[in-house]
Amino acid sequence: MIVRISGEGQYHLADDDVSRVQELDRQAIAAVNASEHDRFHELFDEMIALVRDRGERLGDDELVGSDVILPPPDTTVAEAEAEFSGEGLIPG
Amino acid sequence: MPGMSGRFSTVIKAKINKLLDKAEDPGETLEYSYQRQIELLQNVKKGIADVVTSKKRLQLQSEKLEQQVVKLDTQARQALSAGNEELARAALERKQLAQTELQSLDTQISQLEGQQEQLTENEKRLRAKIDQFRTKKEVIKAQYSAAEAQVKISEAATGVGEEMADVGLAMQRAVDKTENMRARASAVEELEKAGTFDDLTTLGDGNDDIDRQLAELTSKSGVDSDMAKLKAELGQGEAPAELAPGSPAAADPSQSAPSAPAAEQQ
Repeated sequence: MIVRISGEGQYHLADDDVSRVQELDRQAIAAVNASEHDRFHELFDEMIALVRDRGERLGDDELVGSDVILPPPDTTVAEAEAEFSGEGLIPG
Repeated sequence: MPGMSGRFSTVIKAKINKLLDKAEDPGETLEYSYQRQIELLQNVKKGIADVVTSKKRLQLQSEKLEQQVVKLDTQARQALSAGNEELARAALERKQLAQTELQSLDTQISQLEGQQEQLTENEKRLRAKIDQFRTKKEVIKAQYSAAEAQVKISEAATGVGEEMADVGLAMQRAVDKTENMRARASAVEELEKAGTFDDLTTLGDGNDDIDRQLAELTSKSGVDSDMAKLKAELGQGEAPAELAPGSPAAADPSQSAPSAPAAEQQ
């Protein structure tokens, strides 16, 4: 699958790894909702590191859409909260 | 959509897709988008320059305050050795104030320094991102001109569209952050302009009240010692303590040196 880290680039990632990323993603959001800021950073950093370490970077001249798009690596808790409270959760 | 709410990636993807939908034909808007990115990058650079300017101004202010602290310390010593404890105290109080101000100023400066580093790091990342986009842009333009690769084009267009949306998102964040920091830097400057620091540094021109009183003290003690010399020459007793009652020097015991009782000094 193709995973994009927003603001960074795209990676080829094995399906198993993608599942793991998505699981971490779910937990990270749960942490945000529970206002567990440290836990959020932990999970989020692990998620980004997993993609970087296990994924294979796509060349700049490869043009494909992504299956999964992750937020920028320096996303703050405040930003995450904003995504999930205000104009985040775009329907459809 | 119930499945959506649990994941960050879903929200981000939706956001990117929303941006993607807005660009009708990525091919047409490529150049415009690229130019716009370059413009925004200039904005970020300008934001950094502004923060640097604020920092430099505060650094200058900090240097002035440091000089002021040294000066007030010297003045306190001068006043005390001239026997005017009250004046020495006034100088020391002002020195304390200047030191407190100096500390808060230094904190502000190091905060601005941190902001500057963060912005510079941001700018670097953004520039790399734009360079990457330029490469993709050239690839898709080349593919458009090679008309036979029709199927590939639409696929590539999706990729470039996503790339455009992503770079747009990165831009937006960088610009927001820059604006934020610029606003904070100018808030610090406003505080400085409001005179918090001015009051303390304008005293340094050699004409404030401590300067004046010290000058008076010096000339007065000069007069006193001349008077003592004169009296000794004319054989009118050896101590200036014999000054007529009601004279200014007699009114202030600390001024009338040698024969004044030691108790007066405590």
